Amino acid sequence: MTICRPGKGQLMIQFDAVHKRFPNGTTAVHDLSLDMPEGGITVLVGSSGCGKTTTLRMINRMVDPTSGTIRVGGRDVLQQDAAELRRSIGYVIQQAGLFPHRTVLDNIATVPLLLGWGHRKARTRAAELLETVGLPAEAGKRYPHQLSGGQQQRVGVARALAADPPVLLMDEPFGAVDPVVRTQLQDELLRLQKELSKTIVFVTHDIDEAVRLGDRIAVFRTGGHLVQCASPAELLARPADDFVADFLGAERGLKLLSLTTLADVPQGPAPEGARWELVLDSARTPLGWRDTDAPKDAPLTPVRPLRDTDALLSALNEAVASPAGLVARVDADGALTGVTSRDDIHIHAGRAHAEASVAA
Amino acid sequence: MYELFKNLGAWLVSGEQWSGPDGIAHRLAEHLQYSLLATLIAAAIALPVGLLIGHTGRGAFLAINLSSFGRALPTVGLVVLVFLASGLSMWPVYVALVALAVPAIVTNTYAGMTAVDPEVKDAARGQGMRAHQVLFQVELPLALPLIMTGLRLALIQVVATATIAAYVSFGGLGRYVFDGLAQRDLVQVLGGAVLVAVIAVVLDLALSALQRALFRHRPA
Repeated sequence: MTICRPGKGQLMIQFDAVHKRFPNGTTAVHDLSLDMPEGGITVLVGSSGCGKTTTLRMINRMVDPTSGTIRVGGRDVLQQDAAELRRSIGYVIQQAGLFPHRTVLDNIATVPLLLGWGHRKARTRAAELLETVGLPAEAGKRYPHQLSGGQQQRVGVARALAADPPVLLMDEPFGAVDPVVRTQLQDELLRLQKELSKTIVFVTHDIDEAVRLGDRIAVFRTGGHLVQCASPAELLARPADDFVADFLGAERGLKLLSLTTLADVPQGPAPEGARWELVLDSARTPLGWRDTDAPKDAPLTPVRPLRDTDALLSALNEAVASPAGLVARVDADGALTGVTSRDDIHIHAGRAHAEASVAA
Repeated sequence: MYELFKNLGAWLVSGEQWSGPDGIAHRLAEHLQYSLLATLIAAAIALPVGLLIGHTGRGAFLAINLSSFGRALPTVGLVVLVFLASGLSMWPVYVALVALAVPAIVTNTYAGMTAVDPEVKDAARGQGMRAHQVLFQVELPLALPLIMTGLRLALIQVVATATIAAYVSFGGLGRYVFDGLAQRDLVQVLGGAVLVAVIAVVLDLALSALQRALFRHRPA
């Protein structure tokens, strides 16, 4: 049994020795003790049938545990009226699950209306939320099937946030959208979370999504066993066993580099007189590398300049791709500040890895 | 043949044929009254049954099979049976028409309810709706197009069959058919039949248009 207690901060959701066995005899969740701190994103990952969705659904009593206790905000969920409990917890599901016969605005107003806010107040709140999740006001009058998958998912998030619940449950919310939209939605979620500081429980089978979003990641194994629960860096640096290591994949060392930024990596002046020269425009924005051995009118080799907030993984990628073995560094406006050598990046990548292993 | 149609045309447009207690206007009103009342009674019985089995998923087998059984009942036989049991009253007519309408409404209501996306029902529960709120705010509105189709089909069938009221001496457009047969007046028989067919088709078209107007926002 893995007990997962973050130790610091207020606890919002507590699982204590929770078991769930379905009538057909399968054990979905096995002896789970897991605490989720207030204001953090806890990601539940694992392959299908590992009990992560059941775990999530026990929090708002969509599923009741066979034994054990679950507390939200210190109160046992089984002691509360299920419908009232659910109104106090935001719930986002895959495919959004929007009501096709209601306008987007009315979809978002669902929980406020159930709470008896009255139509005007509920609609006003819904209109506010459209903006919060980055949808135009006109979208409110449309029907769900008139929106794209990504937009529907935003409406799903807005609906979950409508009554301003402290807890948000998200069951593979971005599973059905294409990778580009998924990345956008992930960014938006992180931006929203910065503003709102909800306690979020997020279920996914995508380890990259878990690493991107999670403050803590709980890895489940088939049969409903919690195998490891740790911060993304700790998980990637020190997987508890072969199962977790396999699940993280062969590139877990590289994934770890996606968690560290370039900020601490030193930079020097751009080279002059060497074979490869960096060409800048008048605003000092890098345009590309010029091969001084090649004819004058030869096309430039493209460059992807990086900011201090970019991940070490991107720098490693750029260092491998750059003909000069150098990474161009720019400030927030895109103007060149200097270059960093492949070697410096390698040294820092190795150090970041070692530090994560020790710190964890 | 040509003569017959000419006489039929004259019969249908003559002002005298339309007025009075035996006129078309009155018979038409009677016919619609029997049909609407029978369909309403059938809906009052069939809608709750369809909604309940659709919502709970229980009893579907029994309800659907009873419906098929009801559909197989010969209407005229039923009229005679109830007539023998109850004597001369509107009972035989309404029992037969209601028995005819119930199956279409039950099966369509049930089909509408089961066609509601389980994800949507799950989301409704997950947002904190109670069972009756899921039923009336989500399942029923989403099943409504199919429920209305059931009501429309039932009404059309009932309109087409309500001629049997005349078989047990009551009014409606069936009067022309049965009287015409008794008097060997083919024009009258045909006139009654044509009127029944026309109002059935008109009702069907009108209700279809109403359905399309009501559900124009729904995905196809």
